[in-house]
Amino acid sequence: MHIDLTDQYRHSESLIHHLDPRVKVVVTLIFILAVGLIRDGSWIAFGALFLGILGYAAASRLGMFYAVRRSIIAIPFLLAAAPLPFIISGPALISFPALNLTITETGTIRFVSIMIRTFIAVQAGILLSATTPFPGLVWGMCSLRIPRPLVAVIAFMYRYIFVLADEAIRLMRARAARSPEIPGKGKPSFIWRGRVTGSMVGSLFLRSLDRSERVYGAMASRGYDGEMRTYSTFHMRGSDWVSLIVFSLLILGSLSLMFLR
Amino acid sequence: MLFSPTPLHIPDGFLSIGVSIVGWFLAVIFIGIALRQTKDQLGERQVPLMGILAAFIFAAQAINFPIAAGTSGHLLGGTLAAIVLGPWAGTLVMTAVIAVQALLFQDGGLLVMGWNIMNMGVITAFSGFAVYMLVARLLGTTTRSRLIGGFIGAWVSVVISAIAAAIELAISGTSPLHLGLPAMAGVHALIGLGEAVITVGAIGLLQASRPQVLTTGETAPGRRSAVFTLIGLLVALGVSAFSPLASAHPDGLEFIAELQGFLGLAQDSSYELMPDYTLPFLSDPVLTTILAVAVGTLVVFGLVWFIARTSVQRGTIGE
Repeated sequence: MHIDLTDQYRHSESLIHHLDPRVKVVVTLIFILAVGLIRDGSWIAFGALFLGILGYAAASRLGMFYAVRRSIIAIPFLLAAAPLPFIISGPALISFPALNLTITETGTIRFVSIMIRTFIAVQAGILLSATTPFPGLVWGMCSLRIPRPLVAVIAFMYRYIFVLADEAIRLMRARAARSPEIPGKGKPSFIWRGRVTGSMVGSLFLRSLDRSERVYGAMASRGYDGEMRTYSTFHMRGSDWVSLIVFSLLILGSLSLMFLR
Repeated sequence: MLFSPTPLHIPDGFLSIGVSIVGWFLAVIFIGIALRQTKDQLGERQVPLMGILAAFIFAAQAINFPIAAGTSGHLLGGTLAAIVLGPWAGTLVMTAVIAVQALLFQDGGLLVMGWNIMNMGVITAFSGFAVYMLVARLLGTTTRSRLIGGFIGAWVSVVISAIAAAIELAISGTSPLHLGLPAMAGVHALIGLGEAVITVGAIGLLQASRPQVLTTGETAPGRRSAVFTLIGLLVALGVSAFSPLASAHPDGLEFIAELQGFLGLAQDSSYELMPDYTLPFLSDPVLTTILAVAVGTLVVFGLVWFIARTSVQRGTIGE
């Protein structure tokens, strides 16, 4: 879970930053779809898409390796795929007769391919949120047929996550101040600590509930009728269309590299 | 940046495209129903209440407590959200949380977000809520039964969603079921204890300070059908765990072969509608498999839900 209290948007005056958010969302999705469609072991195609990511990061003026550095967050999940080299049958790569284990070529190729897919896809996501302000990202989705109430809820949530996370941090600071560890005395039990944490969650819930009532009251007194309206409208300019087509073609081109032998 | 990921946020690349699309398909249906139900339940309050409570779950997930050896217990929140808001509102809140985590923080992938929403939103909300309500029905609605129901519900919800994730990974050929399922279920049986204790603590505080909050969830829409929606989901999951799609996948999942003897019996009877798990009028194998799995899952789910629903209505008329 994240306890990251900084917005992920990094401002810069680049071509990528000025693109319509919808173009970036669609290009990112096509990219991740392409990453998923590449067959196991098509290293050239993987390489081409990785180069594409590096180029995209460079074009956004965040630094070529901006996303690479941040992509480590996907690593813990790799454990789930770790048994693959031992499980899938195929020509043996290394054998451990003593342990009755064999690392197969087929299994290793599959494992490495999954690793690369995750690595590249995470970078695409990182660049999307780094180059697009979140409100633009979210409201742009209305025109991508995402239900408006859902978009409104997500946009509303974004406004308050930092407020409520601050509140959560204050609660934790208060707990830390009031429950010091006394040397020589044992730590309190798991159940006790868990219930204290639960009480904190409960009081955070009540504060959030009260806050939502106040916010709703403030909105209602200003004429809110259940419909969210925004000033920002999105226009696809010529450069947006050109970028969309160019990026899509580049991704398709990279994808077709997997048929090279 | 503090960061302790749970293996429930599946990143992109771990599920095959076909499996991911089925996940989105299911998620879209559930989100659609959740939006309609919460609109009926909350009216104009829908957006501010759901939005702020989604932010609450996000913040509550950050409140942790050290357990042992550097690990810490924290909340996933699906059960708590469903208990205080009802299962559909809980689903919607969790959907928003998962969407923001994926879009803003890359916690969980975009293409696989459908399954993340199903696992951590729909399944936790409905399983936690269903268990909570079952306990309340067995023991009566008292403080004690709420605490017991919250404890069991929270634990069950985490374990079931871990099992669901293991099954999805297995069908994608990423993690074999005979290793992945015990590993995921085992780890989350422990993580679930943290979830359960925190949920009980939260319910205890609400019970002591503002008990009327707890009755809102108990009277929310979807409370009657929650158990049956859950059963439908579980049956669909069980079916897909042993589906022929798994053995059609080129690699991984050799366990299916071991189970072939057993599967041979089950397959023939349950899939006569769609021989070989493909639809006759389509030729592309990938596309037809996706469609067939989607249709099959939906049919199973729909059937169970319908049967359950009619039996509930008969039950209410009889009462």
